[in-house]
Amino acid sequence: MFASLHGPGNLAILVECARGFSPHIEQLPPDTVVFDVRGLGSLFGPPESLAEEIGRRVGVPASIAIAPNPDAAVHAARGFRGTTIVLPGREAAILAPLPVNLLAGSPETAELLHLWGVRTFGDFAKLPPLGVAARLGDEGMELQRLACGLGYRNLREMVDPLEFEAQLELEYPVELLEPLAFILARLLNDVCGRLAGRALATNEIRLRLDLEQGPAHETMLRLPVPMLDQRAFLRMLQLDLNGRPPAAPVVQVHIAANPVKPRRTQHGLFTPSSPEPEKLELTVARVRHLVGQNNVGTPEIRDTHRPDAFDMRVFAPNAATTAVLERPSNTLPNDGPPRLSLRRFRPPRPIQLLLVNQKPTRILGAIMSGRVVMAKGPWRTSGDWWRNGSDPATASWNRDEWDVALESGGLYRLYVDVDSGRWFAEGSYD
Amino acid sequence: MGAALLQLRAELEARFEAPLDFRKRPEASLLPTGIEAIDRLTSGGFPRGTLSEICGADSSGRTALSIALLGQATRAGEFCAWIDAAGAFDPASAAEAGTVLERLLWVDCRGNAEHALKSLDLLLQAGGFGLLVLDLADTPEREARRIPLASWFRLRHAAERTGAALVVLEKNINARSCSAIQLEMRQKSPVWSGKLLKGLDARAESRKHYQVRTAEFWAER
Repeated sequence: MFASLHGPGNLAILVECARGFSPHIEQLPPDTVVFDVRGLGSLFGPPESLAEEIGRRVGVPASIAIAPNPDAAVHAARGFRGTTIVLPGREAAILAPLPVNLLAGSPETAELLHLWGVRTFGDFAKLPPLGVAARLGDEGMELQRLACGLGYRNLREMVDPLEFEAQLELEYPVELLEPLAFILARLLNDVCGRLAGRALATNEIRLRLDLEQGPAHETMLRLPVPMLDQRAFLRMLQLDLNGRPPAAPVVQVHIAANPVKPRRTQHGLFTPSSPEPEKLELTVARVRHLVGQNNVGTPEIRDTHRPDAFDMRVFAPNAATTAVLERPSNTLPNDGPPRLSLRRFRPPRPIQLLLVNQKPTRILGAIMSGRVVMAKGPWRTSGDWWRNGSDPATASWNRDEWDVALESGGLYRLYVDVDSGRWFAEGSYD
Repeated sequence: MGAALLQLRAELEARFEAPLDFRKRPEASLLPTGIEAIDRLTSGGFPRGTLSEICGADSSGRTALSIALLGQATRAGEFCAWIDAAGAFDPASAAEAGTVLERLLWVDCRGNAEHALKSLDLLLQAGGFGLLVLDLADTPEREARRIPLASWFRLRHAAERTGAALVVLEKNINARSCSAIQLEMRQKSPVWSGKLLKGLDARAESRKHYQVRTAEFWAER
């Protein structure tokens, strides 16, 4: 069975009402929808009860029709006021009084029917089919079939655009973050509900706050794994806003989520446990809030000879497992003797030195000082000579390195910048 | 006296079903360092679900030992976290020592020991990490001593709950009775070769045994 709703000027409301009963909906602009209600009998009872429930939920003036096929339901809804139930086998009889112009044929066919004196569905249904076929062709046969309330076709289902956004214009500007959190929770609930309804998750949430003055405040949460945890999203947005609050009172809030398929993992019985990504993401957001945005993550060493060159990547246990498994076995680290590590001073500390025969003999610095008992060097390193600029991360470097041991037992790496002649302590060996 | 006690115990055990022995703690699984002498000293490695301390002066080999442990753990598939109070961690040294960096979460606290403790607490609560290293090696002694014993107890309990091995790297022992293993590192002698520092002979002393036990290892540059 199919149900149809017809209400001039209320198509969006009719569609929303139809969504409450079926996912299979066809829109017939400007004012009609038809949807599949097969199988709802066990939930709502006979068609009369179903029609009553539809009428109760629709909330706006609309005619309702339930019929065995979509076209009969549409014609009944458009032609009769109130509720119409077309039972199987009674289609032609019930639709007979409807005006023939509801059939929406071509203007030529409509004019011919008018000239023949055919005014209703019933009149058209009584015409001999062979005569209709001879005079009106395929279109005439199809229209006569519809006038009889016969035939069956599949619904041309509407496809919702995959947009998961919510927006709220505030009645008065919000200055504090706490009341803003309530608004964010409401919008996130809306967006997450829509994602959950389609069995989707998200890997990116964009928040835009339109401010009373100045440009909009925008922030983006990039998640290493698809998630659908509304509370975690809210907490992460709160942490982000606490760290970087909007510059002026907020007048409008807009949230959008990027839909992706949810994460599916199969854990191994004998593999070491890994942090739960959803929980970890919130924890890392908290740590990031504490120590700074770029100070948490997985270090990735750059392919360069520049000292201390690395990028801080997002820590993603799942991606890490995949990346390690995909790495050729000869690139994986092996067992070997323990290695002496360098504990870096970031940035390198400027020091003063006493040199004898161009070799350091005494260090005077805030971080360490004392007599040098052993100094080995220099080792010259240089690179990126073609680059200009003052940014130490990209500028050229040219330096002589020394390993020194102090009287106190400390082992340090020092270097002298060849261009400026200044000495620095780079780190201690430990 | 001993026989009387045994008889009493046997009578009580016959009357009551509950055994009179102390409840035994389950054996903690161990994370080996890959350094034979240290693994022998620690009876197999650093235990999970508890707190261990590695202390020592500058250039005593304490970071080399911690990085060796980190390398072993990441190679075994564990996810690890290095909470670095001073921001002194060198990814290149760790990679050379065999650490799978993809499995490492590094928190650089830029010299703030309080942030390091809070971050450690958060990561311990999150669970799923096999090893967490709290690096307080460059934190001034006065500041490290200010961490109350209750905080160390709480961290130890959190480690016990999540089954992670928690290792603290510092200048002196601070957690005292809260730590299951206390290793004090000393530099034996650096070894030089030509224009290079070739490596370091380091010595570890276990402070948790009635008789001091030591181990020595060679850390290559």
